[in-house]
Amino acid sequence: MALLQISEPGQTPDPHARRIAVGIDLGTTHSLVASVRHGVAECLPDSAGRVILPSVVRYLDGNRRQIGFDARDQQAADPENTLVSVKRFMGRRLADLVGHERLPYRFVDQPGMVAIDTRQGVKTPVEVSADILATLRYRAEDTFNDDLFGAVITVPAYFDDAQRQATKDAAQLAGLNVLRLINEPTAAAVAYGLDNGSEGLYAVYDLGGGTFDISLLKLHKGVFEVVAAGGDAALGGDDFDQALADWALAQAGVSAVSAHDKRAVLVAARRAKESLTTADITDVACQLDGHDLAVHVSRQQFDALTRPLVDRTLAAVRKVLRDARVKPADVQGVVMVGGSTRMPAVQTAVGALFGRPPLTNLNPDEVVAVGAAIQANALAGNGRDGELLLLDVIPLSLGLETMGGLVERVIERNTTIPVAKAQDFTTFKDGQTAMAIHVLQGERELVSECRSLARFELRGIPPMVAGAARIRVTFQVDADGLLSVAARELGSGVEASVVVKPSYGLADDQIASMLRDGFDSAEADMAARSLRESRVEAERMTLATRAALAADGSLLTEAEQQDIEALLQHLARAAAGDDHAAIDAQVERLAEGTEAFAAARMNRGIQAALTGRKLNDI
Amino acid sequence: MNLSDDDFTLFGLPQRFGLDEVALDQSWRALQAQVHPDRFASEGGSAQRLAMQWAVRVNEAYRRLKDPVARGAYLCGLRGAAVDAERNTAMPASFLMQQMTWREALDDAGTLDAVEALDDEVAAQERDMVQALGRSLDEQGQPEAAAQQVRALMFVARFRADIRKRLEALDA
Repeated sequence: MALLQISEPGQTPDPHARRIAVGIDLGTTHSLVASVRHGVAECLPDSAGRVILPSVVRYLDGNRRQIGFDARDQQAADPENTLVSVKRFMGRRLADLVGHERLPYRFVDQPGMVAIDTRQGVKTPVEVSADILATLRYRAEDTFNDDLFGAVITVPAYFDDAQRQATKDAAQLAGLNVLRLINEPTAAAVAYGLDNGSEGLYAVYDLGGGTFDISLLKLHKGVFEVVAAGGDAALGGDDFDQALADWALAQAGVSAVSAHDKRAVLVAARRAKESLTTADITDVACQLDGHDLAVHVSRQQFDALTRPLVDRTLAAVRKVLRDARVKPADVQGVVMVGGSTRMPAVQTAVGALFGRPPLTNLNPDEVVAVGAAIQANALAGNGRDGELLLLDVIPLSLGLETMGGLVERVIERNTTIPVAKAQDFTTFKDGQTAMAIHVLQGERELVSECRSLARFELRGIPPMVAGAARIRVTFQVDADGLLSVAARELGSGVEASVVVKPSYGLADDQIASMLRDGFDSAEADMAARSLRESRVEAERMTLATRAALAADGSLLTEAEQQDIEALLQHLARAAAGDDHAAIDAQVERLAEGTEAFAAARMNRGIQAALTGRKLNDI
Repeated sequence: MNLSDDDFTLFGLPQRFGLDEVALDQSWRALQAQVHPDRFASEGGSAQRLAMQWAVRVNEAYRRLKDPVARGAYLCGLRGAAVDAERNTAMPASFLMQQMTWREALDDAGTLDAVEALDDEVAAQERDMVQALGRSLDEQGQPEAAAQQVRALMFVARFRADIRKRLEALDA
């Protein structure tokens, strides 16, 4: 709590400067939180001075849990209840998880998203991720001794709608206000671009623990445009560990059966892999039930046995270059992200493909969180205006099921978001009064080979002959890359729509109930939290409206200004009370009352943009 | 400025096929810098919704203007000669012959290099067709002829998509 507000002479303290916004890299193997402090983006350390939080949660007896290093240290001792790399399960079904039978968990094959049975009951990947995010939130709140205004959370560029939605749900569950989901490679480029002032076409090669992303970005005057993105959502450092572990077991002629053994040999393989970054030879060594495992491995052997994995990344790189219609030589720099890019064989292979050594001067573990923090700072309104704008694309095509189990694409991959597109369909039977709408994501032509995102029905179509009805299906993808779909029969105006929640279907009321069961179990805490959130929202709206009035008040008549002023007064009175519903109602009234003003400001901005450009031309 | 203004007006560009791509890109960035929802992340729901509408509109126009075939089709529509590719499928015999020759060449091309060579040939033809489309619209004032050229270009685009699929299959 600040007792004195000190400001420079002639300057009023800017309320925006107090907004604390963080960037969070929710990674497969580890997670980080970063924030802009004193003009510099940096990762926030825990009380022991470590910035990395292993993405590991261990569920203990009596509703207790360990998160991070403590949990990671216990994974071999308590593998079934110590959940690692859950990011790979986000928004996935059991059938999607290649090699899940090798993992030590008791999977629960739920519709939509797999879950894991622990001694604290069944946990979804969303809940586990929320535990990790909440830990980072508390770390940031302790660092600043204040509530957070909001967070930017990074996701692999290749994440589909279900995985993005699951990530956003996890953040909500952790009590975070999500300012934006951004792609990890974009965040990395933000960190590199601003530090180095680079312009041109860049590739970001991001090989993390469980995911691989390759993105092409065009950097131009502070605008980061994702030209193309691709990758593999199930390929990462874990696979290198697995390959080395399988090889070592085969060399020794033994097999790991128990959960403990499986985990122990993976941990040993990981250690060996890391030491081969600098050493030429090392051991895969651990204790298994009944005997010891100790196998020599040279870097050459390791490179040979993991070459197929590296080649898979290179094929994805070539595909993205083709999508963007550029040659490797057009790329002016390659940014390396993710701990797995420390492997010398990876750096060599990437360098050979592009014909230039990749950039490695920022810490590959921290670069994503740092970029996210810079973006969070800009979104919270702390940065200088117009400093940074991210223009992102959707990573996978979106479409609908049509006759014969085929997919009709509505929005192609690599389309800049936000985007909306409509497509017209018709009925195929006489007198058909309903139409099933099946939304899919993916590049394949068969429904069975794409990911099913949602199903809904348009009912109440007036009976007509086949082919006479005109059903317009509109897809809208927002700036977070999340999809909503609406269908409308144009003759009768019958409508149906869904915000595409992945099929695992965490509806908002389910999230609310999980929130109640979760961190703040007591009723009173819940109410206090609602009130605090309402007050924060009221303050946010008030600040935004005041700032808009100061900048563009001249667009309003005296009477209009007074109306808005009155709404602000009502809101201030409500916010002073304890009724969160009353505050929410006044916030909503202010939003409605300023709608026309917002439209006028938007128009002024567009006019300014065009005039500015024309002035530049002269 | 209105959501319903035509794409050229929205981007402050002359309504013609020939296009200054640098000016188009600059306009797009300048407009997005004004209307993108990120610019309103700390404001209320109504500003967010409005920003979303505008950003969608700007992206839609940008995509259409950037792609020569889409731009040509759009101009034909503005000038009263809708392309209407779904119902109007009649093509000159010589064009159809060439399509068949290309399709056979794609079937026969067994290596990455052979497929890429075919793609280069098709791309060269596509460039000539785009130039002819530009002349029909900007010099000769013949939107009907232009609409026919757009339909032909749509065939070529579909063929090149098939070539890309083949390239991916060969590279996998």
